[in-house]
Amino acid sequence: MSSIDLSRFHQTFFDESLEGLDTMESALLRLDVGSADAETINTIFRAAHSIKGGAGTFGFSAVAAFTHHVETLLDRVRSGQRQVSQSDVDLLLRSVDVMRCMLKAASSGDELDAAQAAAVQAELESSLDSDVAQAPKVQAAAATAAPGKPRTAWSIHFVPKPELFASGNDPLRILREVSAMGAAEVSCDPARLPPLRAAEPDLCYLAWTVKLEGEVTLEQIHECFAWVEDDCTLEIVALDAEVSPSPSPSPPPLPSPVAASAPAPAGTAPKRPSLNVVEGGRSETRDKAGEGGSIRVGTEKIDALINLVGELVITQAMLMQQAGQLDPVQNERLLQGLSQLDRNTRMLQEAVMSTRMLPMDFVFSRFPRVVRDLAAKLGKQVRLSTVGEHTELDKSVIERIADPLNHLVRNALDHGLESIEERSRSGKDVCGSIRLSAAHQGGNILIEVSDDGRGLDRERIIAKARERGLQVLDSATDAEVWQLIFAPGFSTAATVTDVSGRGVGMDVVKKNIQALGGQVDIASQTGHGMTVSIRLPLTLAILDGMSVRVGDQIFIVPLGAVVESLQPRADQVKSLAAQGHVIKVRNEYVPLAELAQMFGIPGESSGPSAGILVLMEAEGRKIAARVDELVGQQQVVIKSLETNYRRVRGISGATILGDGRVALILDVAGLVRLFSTQAQAA
Amino acid sequence: MSTVINESSAQAAGGMTTDMPHEFLTFTLGAEEYGVDILKVQEIRGYDTVTRIPEAPDFIKGVINLRGTIVPVVDMRLKFKLGKAEYNEFTVMIILNVARRVVGMVVDGVSDVMQLTPEQIRPAPEFGSAVNSRFITGLGAFDERMLILVDIEKLMSAADMALMDSHSQALQ
Repeated sequence: MSSIDLSRFHQTFFDESLEGLDTMESALLRLDVGSADAETINTIFRAAHSIKGGAGTFGFSAVAAFTHHVETLLDRVRSGQRQVSQSDVDLLLRSVDVMRCMLKAASSGDELDAAQAAAVQAELESSLDSDVAQAPKVQAAAATAAPGKPRTAWSIHFVPKPELFASGNDPLRILREVSAMGAAEVSCDPARLPPLRAAEPDLCYLAWTVKLEGEVTLEQIHECFAWVEDDCTLEIVALDAEVSPSPSPSPPPLPSPVAASAPAPAGTAPKRPSLNVVEGGRSETRDKAGEGGSIRVGTEKIDALINLVGELVITQAMLMQQAGQLDPVQNERLLQGLSQLDRNTRMLQEAVMSTRMLPMDFVFSRFPRVVRDLAAKLGKQVRLSTVGEHTELDKSVIERIADPLNHLVRNALDHGLESIEERSRSGKDVCGSIRLSAAHQGGNILIEVSDDGRGLDRERIIAKARERGLQVLDSATDAEVWQLIFAPGFSTAATVTDVSGRGVGMDVVKKNIQALGGQVDIASQTGHGMTVSIRLPLTLAILDGMSVRVGDQIFIVPLGAVVESLQPRADQVKSLAAQGHVIKVRNEYVPLAELAQMFGIPGESSGPSAGILVLMEAEGRKIAARVDELVGQQQVVIKSLETNYRRVRGISGATILGDGRVALILDVAGLVRLFSTQAQAA
Repeated sequence: MSTVINESSAQAAGGMTTDMPHEFLTFTLGAEEYGVDILKVQEIRGYDTVTRIPEAPDFIKGVINLRGTIVPVVDMRLKFKLGKAEYNEFTVMIILNVARRVVGMVVDGVSDVMQLTPEQIRPAPEFGSAVNSRFITGLGAFDERMLILVDIEKLMSAADMALMDSHSQALQ
């Protein structure tokens, strides 16, 4: 009968287990050594427990066996038999790594680094063995409160949530398991049972009270309820052994003031605030419910949805434009309907867009670990703080921002922060600080990586740049000097370390971010640290643009690149070597790009003062582009030109205007480059 | 990618050698009548205003919005220097699905869909039409008419069409 093919559940198991490992990792990093928070330990334990359970079910025995050791260790911590030490946290973190490798190996069928796994497992085992020797001592110390010590009598009040059956759990089996542990007296509380007519057959209305006598530990009881802990209200009270089974009848589902009497260092059930009894779980059930309320959808489905909504928006805009010519009195109802359609489309678009949004936490959560490992390697002390983890960003942007951010954080740690001695010498807190922040700013997201280290060294950068043959003026502004570190192969690190300093990096960071339509800026103060700010569009699918007319064509200029627009005066425009023109704007000479000429559009006017100049900036360089008219400002949906055509220099994509026509989007960075090559070639 | 395309063109060629009649969409360019495999045709549209693309050859008229997709449009009359490239109410655009791309092709007019059996298809001589003979798969005889059968996929993917990046051409 075991014909059910379990393999189709494997992917889900892997996904969930990897998520579980992430939870474990972040909880471990949160863990305060010494005063371990019971809730955190429980989170770690539960994650390990479900991985073990899943691995066992699906036949990944190696994973299950390894996780078992982890679970055992955690269980000791949870039950107060063991104090968490820093080395335990390290060991557990390494175990998480091993488990992750094991899961990845199991899912891809790759070879596993068995030696490493065995080493960590051996460490776990030896750590557990040493524990056994200590255990009695610990118990003796905590004689009265130790939950590990078998009690002789327990009263268990078990109120399952009505939906218990839906999770595939059977209370009877649990009760049977409990009664197998000792002499049990089970009484059923039918108080919640509705009239038969109103009763739903698949809901659980009953509650039970079990009086259990025998040599049973609190953990053993919890073990029985492990699978339903989140789906029930569980109260376990130790009955004083001296007082023989008290006559007090099982308390009605009212919350009894258990917490005080319960031995609760592990703090699972009894710690539950009585307020929550009504909804039948601790606050964590809310998180669980959040997980349960989500479904995994392929990104291509979401992309298709976004495309369709984009179409809808365009069609709707077309309708609106047509409707503008109608007589508002005669077509009142039609116009009303259209304006409602307008609202609904916009809301639909926002809602669909938000499905692609992920919190920055998705990226930030990896850094505590990175920083911790790296700081240990470098012998530095670092405090990492993150701000704005909940800021949401398009999934595709988030995925592609992770690497650049990683680079910046490593850079900050390795080059930015000084060594402990150096810090104490200069009177700084020996513990350096790195701050990651994310915030919305207009239609952009601003991500900052700042450290309180030594900052950039202006002199050294200039010297290094000249060494590499780059032209630098002594009068260059700080901002210009800082931009030099984005030059390919540029590194100011005195020594090349394992961590960074090979000089590949900042240029890659900048390229990656520019590819996302973002900008990188640096602010630095020598001796006080530096901040790298990354400004990114919220999504890659939509762009805030300014539409400009050149001849009979409309172009979209990304609004982020527009500095200003101005009407040129003839005396502002100067010709340069009789080939190109420059325009003097605020004491700065900016090359003038004749868009009509560059794109081969028959222009309507010429002459130095014709049209309007749009000053654009990219990669720290500016150009002034001559257009005939500024048409307006609008959000446009970016369409690829390359799907059916090819790349065009100076054009980053296309979009569809309200009237259904296609408009090309200017690639300002490309244009700047294109223009400088044209100027050089000329 | 290249293997897939080769397979599909092999299938098209193979389809012609079997006894099954093959369907072609016929269109006119100047005085000549051409036929393309109907399975490559997505739809037929009237001529729309196009948006010009910088640095494109003159026969690439620009791009249009085909229900949200940006589609390049090639004027075959300009490409093959046939007749006058007039745009009037009869000018039509054949939207093709070739090499996993959507391409619009402006022609003088679309005639009809014809079924040709293998016997009706003759090998093409080495000269005689504006279209380079390496893109011609055969000549279809149909009553008194002669149909020039074009391997439109190969034609549109050719380097001198400038429709694709050189790296995607290398894949062809």
